[in-house]
Amino acid sequence: MAVRTQTLKELDPRTIKRDFPIFTRTVHGKPLIYLDNAATSQRPQSVIDAVTRYYQSYNANVHRAVHTLSHEASVAYEDAHKKAARFVNARSWKEIVFTRNATEAINLVAYAWGLKNLQAGDEVLVTIMEHHSDIVPWFRLRELKQVAVGFLDVTDEGRLKLDELPRLLTKRTKLVGLVYASNALGTINSVAEVIEAAKRVGAVTLLDAAQAAPHIPIDVQALRCDFLAISGHKMLGPTGIGFLYGRRELLETMDPFLYGGDMISTVTTESVTFNELPWKFEAGTPNISGGIGLGVAMDYLCALGLENVYAHEQKLLEYALNKLLQIDNLEIYGPKETQDRLAVISFNLRGVHPHDVAGILDEAGIAVRSGHHCAQPLMKRLEIENTARASFYIYNSEEDVDALVDALKTAQKLFA
Amino acid sequence: MAVAADLDFIIEHYKNPQNYGHLENPDIVHEEGNPSCGDQIRIELKIDNDRITDVRFSGKGCAISQAAASILTEEIKGKTLAEVKEFDKQKMLDLLGVEISAMRMKCALLALKIVKAGAYGITEWPGEEE
Repeated sequence: MAVRTQTLKELDPRTIKRDFPIFTRTVHGKPLIYLDNAATSQRPQSVIDAVTRYYQSYNANVHRAVHTLSHEASVAYEDAHKKAARFVNARSWKEIVFTRNATEAINLVAYAWGLKNLQAGDEVLVTIMEHHSDIVPWFRLRELKQVAVGFLDVTDEGRLKLDELPRLLTKRTKLVGLVYASNALGTINSVAEVIEAAKRVGAVTLLDAAQAAPHIPIDVQALRCDFLAISGHKMLGPTGIGFLYGRRELLETMDPFLYGGDMISTVTTESVTFNELPWKFEAGTPNISGGIGLGVAMDYLCALGLENVYAHEQKLLEYALNKLLQIDNLEIYGPKETQDRLAVISFNLRGVHPHDVAGILDEAGIAVRSGHHCAQPLMKRLEIENTARASFYIYNSEEDVDALVDALKTAQKLFA
Repeated sequence: MAVAADLDFIIEHYKNPQNYGHLENPDIVHEEGNPSCGDQIRIELKIDNDRITDVRFSGKGCAISQAAASILTEEIKGKTLAEVKEFDKQKMLDLLGVEISAMRMKCALLALKIVKAGAYGITEWPGEEE
């Protein structure tokens, strides 16, 4: 990740925190310290207001009526697509399909592209670092179309073994699915390199950017990926909304995903023609309020600047890694250096089960995750069952890290 | 999880589990896990005249799941199967003696579920309404 340091603007997490009403509440009598951002982020007031305003002021269905409310709702919903296109630097907003989340976006590719284009004997290559959302849909195609699913391995430190790519990429490889940044380890992958290698064998490329998009600038034209999947809820947006970027040439030739209302152009008793992009892939009344809310979430992030978001998290990551590495009997998984790494820290305290760690931290008002982080193949590869995970975002500060470290020391004493 | 001071009893059982290990020729063996969090417990029972004459457990998981298993094995040893059948969710929670949050309920009740599933084929979570 190249970051232009000279133009960076320092973020102030205390000011940012004031935009998020959830931080006025307490947990077990303590101020909330939210370190579960890799599971879902919090939402700023502006996003909550945008959702409410739609329902209060211009609630109507989109694309189907001439009346004023419907026009306003349609414009706002389309605008959200345009914001998403700018957010990932797509050529056109027609390349943005709203979905429920990244999982649905990947399923869309698996069904609408995969069923049509994959044959028995073809191979889908993913990595052992993938979230289940970029593994299980391909297993379904393995059943339906007898395609093979291959895995690129990682090092013990949680970096992709890129030197194995030439061996794994063959003429049979038709799609390469790759997580942009790992929700379990924080690793930011060398996606450009993998995409280049995939293109050399003519494979279609899909990036799961659910964990990356909230934290680093994304440019699909520079990346030259064919598909990119994003979840709104990890980047300040509402739950139940996300999107798929798809290269227009591919989207045009794909079959629809779901069939029904809004995705058609004409329907007779004999035949149907499909709507233009992106509506061909958005059957039925969509999540209008969610889309509008996600648009405002992207406004919020763009106003901060994703470069600045990443720089802020890099500082926090360095501070947190330094502090955590000083705790005896605490093991950190994933890269130990800050380069090409998000502020997502998976760890275990020796002798304390991660669920107990999370329980004790909760008593201190600190929310962390414990479990397999929807990456069981990765856990198995690293020979661990589960971890505790602290993941940081724009409203977190060094004081939050200090509180985490204190609470971890308390847990250690308790179990000593 | 309950406040730190109440946890000593749980942690003591976690670190020094009672009846941990295996039986030779057990009459009933049952093992189950909690897929969402990876807790795993195996219970082995020796039965004589419908009475549990010996019990062992083995497994892995969080302090609450493992301590509950340890406490439960102490409690059921010497009891008849009929008595154990009456053993309910509330009794297990009373024995644990700490406040168990909704998120940790399955950890607390896993061992009891396994004993009941092994002894009577009762497969639902004890005390679960639905």
